[in-house]
Amino acid sequence: MKPFSLLVALTGGLLVACAAAPVAKPPAPTAAVAATPAVVAPTPPPAYASTYHPMPAVSTLLRGATVLTGTGERLENADVLLVDGKVAALGQGLAAPAGAAVVDAKGLWVTPGIIDAHSHLGVYPSPGMRSLSDGNEATSPNTAQVWAEHSVWPQDPGFGAALAGGVTSMMILPGSANLFGGRTVTLKNVAGRSVQDMKFPGAPYGLKIACGENPKRVYGEGRKMLPSTRMGNMAGFRNAFIEARKYRDDLAKYERDRATKPDAQPPTRNLQNETLAGVLNGEIIVQNHCYRADEMVQMLDLAKEFGFRIGTFHHAVEAYKIADVLAANGTCSAMWADWWGFKMESLDGIRENIAMVDAAGACAVVHSDSDVGIQHLNQEASKAMAAGRRMGLNITPEHAITWLTRNPARAIGVADRTGTLEPGKMADVTVWNGNPFSVYALAEKVYIDGALVYDRHDPAKQPITDFALGMTPAGGAR
Amino acid sequence: MNTRSLALVALLGTGLISSFASAETIVLRGATVYTVGPSGTLQNATVIMQDGVIAAVGKDVRIPAGARVVEVAGQFITPGLIDAYGRLGVTEVDGEAATVDESAKGLPYSAAFSVAEAIEPRSQRIQVNRAEGITAGLVAPEASMDSSGLGPVIAGQASFLRLKPGMAIDVRTPVGFVFTYGAGGAELSGGARSAVLLRLRALLDDARDYAAHREAFNNGARREYTATRQDLEALQPLLAGKAPLLAEVHRASDILMLLKVANEQHLKLVIIGGAEAWEVAPQLAAAKVPVVLDVFENLPSSFDMLGATFENAARLNAAGVEIAFAYAEHYNPRNARQLAGNAVAHGLPFDAALAAITRNPARIYGVGNTLGTLEVGKTADLVVWDGDPLETSTLTTQVYVGGEPVPTTSRQTLLRDRYRTPRGAVPPAYVHPTAK
Repeated sequence: MKPFSLLVALTGGLLVACAAAPVAKPPAPTAAVAATPAVVAPTPPPAYASTYHPMPAVSTLLRGATVLTGTGERLENADVLLVDGKVAALGQGLAAPAGAAVVDAKGLWVTPGIIDAHSHLGVYPSPGMRSLSDGNEATSPNTAQVWAEHSVWPQDPGFGAALAGGVTSMMILPGSANLFGGRTVTLKNVAGRSVQDMKFPGAPYGLKIACGENPKRVYGEGRKMLPSTRMGNMAGFRNAFIEARKYRDDLAKYERDRATKPDAQPPTRNLQNETLAGVLNGEIIVQNHCYRADEMVQMLDLAKEFGFRIGTFHHAVEAYKIADVLAANGTCSAMWADWWGFKMESLDGIRENIAMVDAAGACAVVHSDSDVGIQHLNQEASKAMAAGRRMGLNITPEHAITWLTRNPARAIGVADRTGTLEPGKMADVTVWNGNPFSVYALAEKVYIDGALVYDRHDPAKQPITDFALGMTPAGGAR
Repeated sequence: MNTRSLALVALLGTGLISSFASAETIVLRGATVYTVGPSGTLQNATVIMQDGVIAAVGKDVRIPAGARVVEVAGQFITPGLIDAYGRLGVTEVDGEAATVDESAKGLPYSAAFSVAEAIEPRSQRIQVNRAEGITAGLVAPEASMDSSGLGPVIAGQASFLRLKPGMAIDVRTPVGFVFTYGAGGAELSGGARSAVLLRLRALLDDARDYAAHREAFNNGARREYTATRQDLEALQPLLAGKAPLLAEVHRASDILMLLKVANEQHLKLVIIGGAEAWEVAPQLAAAKVPVVLDVFENLPSSFDMLGATFENAARLNAAGVEIAFAYAEHYNPRNARQLAGNAVAHGLPFDAALAAITRNPARIYGVGNTLGTLEVGKTADLVVWDGDPLETSTLTTQVYVGGEPVPTTSRQTLLRDRYRTPRGAVPPAYVHPTAK
């Protein structure tokens, strides 16, 4: 085995994504990672790395807006200055650098770009043809070896629609048919020829896992194999982590021995266990599809048994029942505003879920899981705010915006780079024509890394996918 | 056989018409009232509900002695919202077949299949959505494929359900016949659109022949028909133009074809879906064919929807086509008003958007004489809101069906109240919140 592939194996692929930007500090590893072995120079370019480059940008001064910073603050009549792809300054009376584009933003609202922590764009694209359906490798309960990025179709028209909804970054997940669905990929919402052109530089990988009805239905009911029950689900998780732990330990042992024992052999490379070892090492964030409160508690125990953390419960329809537990564990909940009752495990969904999780001091995220919902996440948050108000929780716009920007950034591991408007952060910004928590508000302009990638009033600044080109009748597509 | 089977109103269960149910006269005073009728929007106005109907609406109305006056200054009143195409009462948990009555697999019947008799009036879906402003809905059957891969050309009869509390079911049927066309319909007919139309024309031809020769048919002296006697009988309101064909279709060229077929067969037609309807808006307007659409269908989700756009509603309305909005997720028709708000954001006038979830669906399904607007003599189905009724930030404060207040609590608010306080010494099972 060549040193390079060993490196990839050891780190679960994280280093693969390191080339372009600093990496988020991963959660504290639960086991020591062996020291980086001596690498034979020159290192080949890492495979599957991001090739994203921001679009051409000039410095931009947004002048006189209502600004929700994503840190919980609201600034009135404020300016936001974007320079070299970063947020340079916020305040009043900022001077425009030479050559800067100055936008009169009086009456407009400025927020960090919306981040969707749960999307299947590209893997379940429009049009929903069978041949484009690439989101569930539903052939085995454990497909931790598959990577969502290998399915993403960059020509999905849904990306552009999400952009018009103010979305600047998103995590694409495999579906939930399997216990282990595979690796997630985090994208900048930019038009690319390949998914590599869209990959968020340095974003950590996630691992999609699913509890509850789906895996047991697909395998138990569908194929008469494990799991056919929730206890079968848990056994499937535990067995896989037992194997992964051995794989990780064998690798570590090899790294310790190889200097002194020339005949030392690494374990045979195994993609499934590489990903799971990445979870055990704290480099890959667990993204757990889970509806019911009692099952979330089971999953927290699974994490305890094997010494990893669950970053986020996705859907988390019953998170309100265990909001205190989620707060104590530091686990985020990515939730819908009002989906409920379409299956048994969603029966207890309530409109106040998001507000109650938030009120308990836990990390609340509004997610879409939908090519429709991703276009109006701001409205979904608005409904959750109203539900909070109905139960006496006063939730301000400057607070609610954190559900759409800072908290999802945290859930997918990029909060040190985006999700808030703070000097030095990526200039991922959405400009709205009014209060974004109004149903009538529309995103007017969207900036990603300082580049104007969408302008509602300028067709030249609106991406058109290859699929739509010549296919959409004049006047169609929004 | 006679026309008694065409009776359109069925009141099941214990109830009589709701207008006899409410003894109390209720006065809602001081709100902004969107009548969605000729009176338009009235500021600081009063609505009086008496014997289940609207007794008065306006700025200067006399308050009857003994009436209960509810001050609603600063609030907003609309007609009850109508789910323009859904499954209320016949589907409880989509994933659990035992709770789903919207379709039946492998039946020899099609047009005779009615969802009306399966309705569960105490459905949680009804309670949750009614508490948030939905007071009536179109309940549609869904075509399902049999083991041979074929489905019925007519899925069945659609019903119009008022969401009265209690066991009494106020349902009118049939108010339409569900017909799936486009790629989805083709799939149910072996894969070709032309096969769908072939089957439809054969069916209608048989239904006409049957109606003209019932006696001969019963004596076994008539040719074989493509459908059962029950179906042919059930189709008569469609042939008579008393109930429309509810055509699930998106593609503009398909819509044009259905306009031609409806004209040739003398059918009333309603377009359900219609993502590309804006492309043939003038033809729809000329034929007076309404469109029930989901504003959120703006993606090219299939080759039938390449022209999908957020501006569909605004363009259809501008061309004079009657529109109504139906939210795609049938468990959440309460979000129909979010569709209306989004249509406004994309160019539809506010009044037209509100009409698309009140007056228009009532008219499309033949109940416009009693429902859909706030006018004297109409049924008192109405909603009081604490803000702009189309805003996502707005909540219901009161909901009335037939002049009676209905709970604005539901199982969902009970769950909320059980878990709203931090965990105490006793398990949540011992926290017993009550409905109001």
